[in-house]
Amino acid sequence: MSQSDVLLEVKNLKKHFPIYRGVFKKVVGYVKAVDGVSFSIKPGETLGLVGESGCGKSTVGRMIMGAYRPTSGEIWFTPPDGSGKVNLAEMSPKEMKPLRPHIQMIFQDPFASLNPRMTIREILAEPLIVNNIAKGAALEGRVRELIELVGLKVQHLTRYPHAFSGGQRQRICIARAMGLYPRLLVADEPTSALDVSVQAQIVNLSLEIQNQMGLAYLFISHDLGLIRHFSQKIVLMYVGKVVEYAPAQNLFVKPLHPYTEALMSNVPSVRPELVGKKIILKGETADPINPPPGCAFHPRCLYSQEICSNEEPKLRQIGPDHVVACHFSETLTLNGCDAFGCSI
Amino acid sequence: MPPLLEVDDLQVHFFIDEGTVRAVDGVSFSLEQGKTLGIVGESGSGKSVIGQSILRIVPSPGKIVNGRILFQMGPNDVNEQGIIDLVTVDAKGSLARSIRGSEISMIFQEPMNSFSPVHTVGSQIMEALLLHSDLSKAEARNQAIEMLIRVGIPQPENRIDAYPHQLSGGMRQRAMIAMALICRPRVLIADEPTTALDVTVQAQILALLKELQEEFGMAILFISHNLGVISDISDDVLVVYFGRVMEQAPVGDIFENPLHPYTQALLRSVPGIDTPVRTELATIEGSLPDPLTYIVGCPFFGRCNECGGNTVCRDNPYELTKVGDRHFVACPRMCVKL
Repeated sequence: MSQSDVLLEVKNLKKHFPIYRGVFKKVVGYVKAVDGVSFSIKPGETLGLVGESGCGKSTVGRMIMGAYRPTSGEIWFTPPDGSGKVNLAEMSPKEMKPLRPHIQMIFQDPFASLNPRMTIREILAEPLIVNNIAKGAALEGRVRELIELVGLKVQHLTRYPHAFSGGQRQRICIARAMGLYPRLLVADEPTSALDVSVQAQIVNLSLEIQNQMGLAYLFISHDLGLIRHFSQKIVLMYVGKVVEYAPAQNLFVKPLHPYTEALMSNVPSVRPELVGKKIILKGETADPINPPPGCAFHPRCLYSQEICSNEEPKLRQIGPDHVVACHFSETLTLNGCDAFGCSI
Repeated sequence: MPPLLEVDDLQVHFFIDEGTVRAVDGVSFSLEQGKTLGIVGESGSGKSVIGQSILRIVPSPGKIVNGRILFQMGPNDVNEQGIIDLVTVDAKGSLARSIRGSEISMIFQEPMNSFSPVHTVGSQIMEALLLHSDLSKAEARNQAIEMLIRVGIPQPENRIDAYPHQLSGGMRQRAMIAMALICRPRVLIADEPTTALDVTVQAQILALLKELQEEFGMAILFISHNLGVISDISDDVLVVYFGRVMEQAPVGDIFENPLHPYTQALLRSVPGIDTPVRTELATIEGSLPDPLTYIVGCPFFGRCNECGGNTVCRDNPYELTKVGDRHFVACPRMCVKL
């Protein structure tokens, strides 16, 4: 893969949050929120980052945005101006500023991510003014263009966020992010707070904007059905680590990790006649402060053997672009989504 | 045999300064022993208020203005025998208090907010037992431990003295189920009990509820916005929109042969594990009507693909029509293909 083919490349990214105790704030341990994550995104591509709560998926998104400084690892980003790739993980906030327009983010809660004291016009114009993108009539023109891009009307510009429903607010967040012509949009659970009918509207809008503007998405969600609908490649995380990383089709048709299989079987389907037997996992997600030895998933795994509790499985390549962290990927025959009711 | 619980033309209105919100506007259904009725709807459809009405815990300024909630009292109940109308019962009286938690109990979405943070889980589970029976504290404690074992909490002898914040989300929801079922109620109202949980834990909790239902034989009223979860657990399904029932049918019919355009639209808009990827999803245009308006006809008018703005839909009074064995639809023009 030549360098220009990759927009974002994350290598062995780690974020350990220290836990302080006592009067002297002594560090007594670390929450290993993200513990060695690698993936890459090509321009215009969608990478789905999926996992249960606490697996570190949002922390990965925040590190890419520069909101958290990684403990270690590299985040290589290729700016569109052709100046060559840069490592965001080593940059100071000041160095990062000119790059920020290229990477934008939308959040889960559209009620918390819009300033209630600003009109929609002010909200949409602010990033354009801060980054010297447009002024005067050009600014107004761009703001109008943006509001129409997301399916709202110019009359809406004078209103305040409280006058809008959840779905409309999420549209405004998308418009604000699109103002700077980003190359990468980090979408952290963008539809989790919305009703299904509204979720469908936002999904359609996101796909339409992607096709129109050719930007890449890092789509973070706990919803496997939604991730599958969106993504070309999928990274599945469990307790801070990547367990499986593969093109979407491969992952869903032939998963190689038992966790992927179990998660797929647990997605509640509206087509009950298609659904096979559910795999009910024992217990709950491991504690990221004190993960179990060996494979973090072994206490819940249906197929675990002695080696799983002693030796941590390395991330290995099995098949084209298919990477998995399990000792038994070659020997296990796991059910793909045909068994749980999908029709690729 | 009459059903365990029968709700007839229930209307719950909220009287606020700006006008009247008809949160529940003429909902009828019945619940039989050992069965699960799923109530599915989007936010603001009034589904939670239906559950609250049954326990008579509708928050102010909401009032039950019409309808009956007929409940078949248990044979062992000391206060009252036969069928009583819960609407006429004093919400703060002793009869209501003796029903809550012992005959009908409820589990909520966020178990952290439903437990008292300053009492141990065990004391809160035992409280229900001590209130509704003559057991001694030691006996109640033993029963609580047994119940914790039953809902799958490891080391129950230690966990019974834990505070809610010391338990994980899934464990807290299990403890909440233990608290709700400790008096062996005959009706369990579950209001979005798995919404705050991860899918693997959600699958565990749904399996647990089904298991306990088989064992104890209680009826479950399961309220959720998640169609997949509803299809997994329900025997019958009620689709509500804007405080009204749009369609009611056995679970198989709702998902394989949905007749109301709203049900059809809802089902199409979910990107399941079986939808073709990166295609446009069907959406429902527009948003819910202003909750302060009173709509005579179909509340889905204006957003519906089938009626095409036909004013018959707006003006014909709302009515639930029987279209098949246990299948009811409220579509004024019956544009549904039967």
